[in-house]
Amino acid sequence: MDSPVRSSIWLGRVFGAARSVRGLVMNLRGKCAIAGLGQTRMGKNYDHPSATGFAVEAINLALDDAGLKREDLDGLLVNPGVTWNDPMASFSLQQAMGLRDLRLSAMMNLGGASAAAMIMHAAQSIAAGMATTVACVFGDAPLKPPSPKEGKSGSAGAYGFARGIHATYGLFGVNANYAFVAQRHMHVYGTKQDHLGAIAVAQRQWANLNPAAQLHDTPMTMSDYHASRWVVEPFHLFDCCLVSNGGLAVIVTSAERAKNLKKPPVYILGMGQGHPGGDPMDTLVSGAPIAKKTAFEMAGVKLSDIQFAEFYDCYTFTVLVTLEDYGFCPKGEGGPFVADMKTAPGGSFPVNTGGGQLSSFYMWGMTPVAEGITQIRGEGGKRQVSKHDIGLVSGNGGILSTHSTLVLSNQL
Amino acid sequence: MAQAAGTAATPPKPLPPVTPDMAEFFEGAKRGQLMIQKCDSCGELRFPAYEICSKCNSSGSSWVPVSGRGEVYSFNIMHQIYHPGFAAEVPYAVVVVKLEEGAKFISNLIGIKPHEIKCGMPVEVIFEKVGDDIMLPKFRPRGVK
Repeated sequence: MDSPVRSSIWLGRVFGAARSVRGLVMNLRGKCAIAGLGQTRMGKNYDHPSATGFAVEAINLALDDAGLKREDLDGLLVNPGVTWNDPMASFSLQQAMGLRDLRLSAMMNLGGASAAAMIMHAAQSIAAGMATTVACVFGDAPLKPPSPKEGKSGSAGAYGFARGIHATYGLFGVNANYAFVAQRHMHVYGTKQDHLGAIAVAQRQWANLNPAAQLHDTPMTMSDYHASRWVVEPFHLFDCCLVSNGGLAVIVTSAERAKNLKKPPVYILGMGQGHPGGDPMDTLVSGAPIAKKTAFEMAGVKLSDIQFAEFYDCYTFTVLVTLEDYGFCPKGEGGPFVADMKTAPGGSFPVNTGGGQLSSFYMWGMTPVAEGITQIRGEGGKRQVSKHDIGLVSGNGGILSTHSTLVLSNQL
Repeated sequence: MAQAAGTAATPPKPLPPVTPDMAEFFEGAKRGQLMIQKCDSCGELRFPAYEICSKCNSSGSSWVPVSGRGEVYSFNIMHQIYHPGFAAEVPYAVVVVKLEEGAKFISNLIGIKPHEIKCGMPVEVIFEKVGDDIMLPKFRPRGVK
């Protein structure tokens, strides 16, 4: 007679679910936790001349937060921003920090999905006994100090890349390619400019409760949103993320070890990735449905268990699609879902509670990760959500190309 | 990046890189034919040129003429100046044309104002001289002379 394990494999094959996580070898639910969070000053901040300096500062802040020392680290994972032109960034950072005898090291780049993906890699390695204490860091310094010669600082050079023949037609940069997908979503589902605006306004309200946000103390109304200049239609300036110099790091360790450190553990209940491939203009779907399946099955949670969400928000549109793709509303109804401001402070489903990358700071996937940790710990101050036992964090890279999911909790 | 000849008033736009893998595309454009790369193995169409078919992973391909007819699949309206050659044109539209044969082609739409462009609009190819020896496919609303 088959063992239960063999039966489940057999059933999986019969029902075409060979890629389901139900037959998993080892469930990592709650095996690891985030024990430290380190965040530098953000924005037009020239404290360091390069991304490396911001990364070092962030890791040391995260170690302090956890009550750990540099010598405690045996793993280092780096997601380099656009200015970190080093194919061995984790080694150069190790040297810069003077870290010795690491057992895990990698530079990882899935764009905005990298931060949560690094945390997964760290947790997997720790659960497998290959490391005990891993720093995961993002650092970038795309903004240069203003000089009389060059005028104001800007990031067009870093993000305005063009590819081959497309530049001949005037197509430059990520904004323009995302705009194609948003325009198609508007055509297929009837999404309105006001829907995108509702996300921008809601997140600015959150930012005004977050003293660390670049646009703290900068209120914005729907009229302000519509009056903001176009970057590339259908995106106004306030549909697009900020640009920031800064560094953000987290320390991942085992749940057991985290219980004895300075801050209460933020348990990693579920983790997953989803990278759909193909043309997002055709599907209008991110990798969230794939990543969610893995993460939610691992965590043993369902959508109604999620009390708040920190979604990757390179654009307002990304938040709208992500809400749809996790199933908070039917596909195509992200616009009407956000129109009543339910994601804003005081709303029924808080989303991007620090202001997100639209209104707080642009640390790629580390922005939602950091806010998720802050809320789970109850350290959100004026922006603290009332229910913060289970939170959802997403990362997203490329043009809806890569996706990562974390389910975080303050309890097992 | 190569540039078309410009004047003091109108700086040149970037010219398309005429790389060996795109040679037949530009030869076709000179004849007034829109050429698309077709997988020799499964027939899937793709553009711009790429060395591997994403559908069947084989590497053999040929350039085939297509009708040049399609519809606007999506578009954007660019307001920022990333290159001085476009400074006089902002805001200008970039369109994604879905060709009747199925492949998508990123281009510009001429003979229409950016804010009059709609998804689903039928379009057809025309060819514009952009360099001494380069013709560039662009599109116009179908039926417009």
